[in-house]
Amino acid sequence: MKKHSVSLEYSQINNLFGNGAAERFLNQNVCGFIISQGDMFPDKNGGFIMKKLNLKKLAAIAAAAAMTVSFAGCGGSSGSGEAAANGSSESAGEDTVKVGLLHSLTGSMAISEKSVSDAEKLAIDEINAAGGVLGKQIVYVEEDGASEPSTFATKAEKLIDSEKVATVFGCWTSSSRKAVKPIFEEYGSLLWYPVQYEGMESSPNIVYTGAAPNQQIVPAIDYLIDQGYKKFFLLGSDYVFPRTANMIINAQVANAGLEVVGEEYADMDQTDFAAIIAKIEAAQPDVIINTLNGTGNVSFFKQMSEKNYTSSDYMTMSFSIAEEEVAAIGASILKGHMVSWNYYQTTAGEKNEAFVAAYKAKYGENRVTSDPAEAAYDAVYLWKAACEKAGSFEAADVISAIEAGGITFDAPEGTVVLNGENHHLVKPVRIGQVGDDGLINEIYATDPVEPDPYLSTYDWAVAAGIQPLE
Amino acid sequence: MAQFINTLFNGISLSSIILLTSLGLAITFGLMKVINMAHGEFVMIGAYMTYVMQQIFVKFFPENIRDIYYFAAIPFAFLVTFLMGSLLERFIIRRLYGREIDSLLATWGISLILQQAARNIFGAQGVNVTAPSFLNGGITIGGCTFSYNRLFIIFMVALCLFIVWAIMYRSNFGKQMRAVMQNRTMAQCMGINSRKVDNITFSIGSGLAGIAGCSIALLGSIDSTVGQSYIVNSFMAVVLGGVGKLLGTVIGSAIIGSASIFTENYTSSTIAKAIVLLIVIIFLQRRPQGLFVIKSRSLDE
Repeated sequence: MKKHSVSLEYSQINNLFGNGAAERFLNQNVCGFIISQGDMFPDKNGGFIMKKLNLKKLAAIAAAAAMTVSFAGCGGSSGSGEAAANGSSESAGEDTVKVGLLHSLTGSMAISEKSVSDAEKLAIDEINAAGGVLGKQIVYVEEDGASEPSTFATKAEKLIDSEKVATVFGCWTSSSRKAVKPIFEEYGSLLWYPVQYEGMESSPNIVYTGAAPNQQIVPAIDYLIDQGYKKFFLLGSDYVFPRTANMIINAQVANAGLEVVGEEYADMDQTDFAAIIAKIEAAQPDVIINTLNGTGNVSFFKQMSEKNYTSSDYMTMSFSIAEEEVAAIGASILKGHMVSWNYYQTTAGEKNEAFVAAYKAKYGENRVTSDPAEAAYDAVYLWKAACEKAGSFEAADVISAIEAGGITFDAPEGTVVLNGENHHLVKPVRIGQVGDDGLINEIYATDPVEPDPYLSTYDWAVAAGIQPLE
Repeated sequence: MAQFINTLFNGISLSSIILLTSLGLAITFGLMKVINMAHGEFVMIGAYMTYVMQQIFVKFFPENIRDIYYFAAIPFAFLVTFLMGSLLERFIIRRLYGREIDSLLATWGISLILQQAARNIFGAQGVNVTAPSFLNGGITIGGCTFSYNRLFIIFMVALCLFIVWAIMYRSNFGKQMRAVMQNRTMAQCMGINSRKVDNITFSIGSGLAGIAGCSIALLGSIDSTVGQSYIVNSFMAVVLGGVGKLLGTVIGSAIIGSASIFTENYTSSTIAKAIVLLIVIIFLQRRPQGLFVIKSRSLDE
């Protein structure tokens, strides 16, 4: 079809239904109009003389285009999704064992997942230098999930089915983990997931080396209640983790007889927080529980500071701000605010000093370690321990070894124990406060906490009947 | 009362940001009828140029004059985006006048290329601009805090608006520009170099996007997709105001900005977005040509 056919139809419609009919038709079908136009490329006859355009048509096209962008924007950006880097050797030979790394190297999550995959590679290098696992050197195949859950699913299948990797270390967002979970279960393979998350899950084919909600969220709220904070404001990005976390926090705060004075969700790409800040001002909370993720944190804290608010006006407790994010937002803005994790770069101990030094030596002096990076580093060592206990690389044998219990690792955060029943780690909880230098200092720590992803040992959580959001 | 004034100020502030990002669009899309999907990326480039200028000042200038980096960043961002706009017009847009769907697709492709280029140059991680110290904080009058940042942005918008108005309606070039856009053949007959006018007009529109980038750099982090979060509102503002009218864009931005803030006050931010979109759709159903219409004798308008 040539481009003129559109205007022909246009006038035909007008002839049939009277003037203006085509315009109304067009406006009602703006999206469909764009799609049907997609395959009509005009022939090369365009000169330089500008044709008089129909303003209404132009307006309709622009409106449709704007909407298309706004919907496309919701899905986040995506990259090419090809295998990005390979290990030192192409295939697993007699004296090597192949593992998969599956993180976003492109797209909106690349900013966070890079540090995690860097930590995994560091652990692999260290293990190889120390003689490998069961006498074999580890070779890794890295695939790009491109911040897109469906890409994660395809790449996971590729790693397991065609690359025949022994295990996969991967994912960050809950949506990517939920996308690959059925694949690992179907193939009976094993995924090591390194990020704190909302809980309500315990797959036999996944090991969760980040915190379960009772190892990050629940103790942080307990700490705030102990400190005398009474009015809570919940602010989060609009997706599964913040919504589940806030469901838990609502139940916990109600159980303590205290009050949640507001609950707000911002779009992932929201840039203006003026209205949300106005709601916070109106609600007058003692503390803001912040589960914003990504760039929203920068905008929110910048816009709080432009209203002269500091941590002494509105204290915040954040669950997604680690050392990397502090560096991006700026220590001067975040100074004095609280966060909750299991590990900080400043955590005391020889193991951590060695880990931080090795990480900086490999990736640069200005890089910082963070909780997810540390959990990813632990994951590789725990896999090594499980393989050695099983005496095999077969996923089924490794899973049996894990479920028999007793797998531990002297991690930078302290000795972690892998709970064979629910595949989570026993780990200590640390409440931290952002310091002038952008590092996070521990202000309170617990003894190691048993993981309880379903919060089944907490009466208030059971009574509230918290269900996973799928 | 204090809360109402606060809300009003937030509304004006958001409207001014939308207006700043739409001003360039009002020229490239409103006047020239080019649907430039890469406009948001020019905003992004402007924001990154602010960052670049900040880095240059941090590296080469003593601490006490570092704050003026921002005043160097504004013309620098304008210049860079002006030149990029000129190149884009010269090599791509010029071949696509009158073929709006093609220019939409082509500029969308450009926008993807620019985004990836930004990721390659500056990294996937967002970068941050520190506002000059005199823009930190705000002034508190009777329970309302007016942040200097936002007051400054409102001032910038007013200034840009005045300059655009002066160029369009009070300068010789503006006269030529309007003549070419209204009746190209006739303008050419009068000896106006329409190609040159096209090129400069498009470049000015792009340069304004660069200035918009400078001011949004003050509000949040800068990454490769930052332009995308503003472009939708800008297109809506221009369409709502009536394509081709400066005053329309001003009022369109004001409607969208204040409607967003007011609905968000009573609902959530996601619902507010949907409601604003709904308002725009219903409005365009009733009045497809937008708020203001250029009266013209030509038949197909």
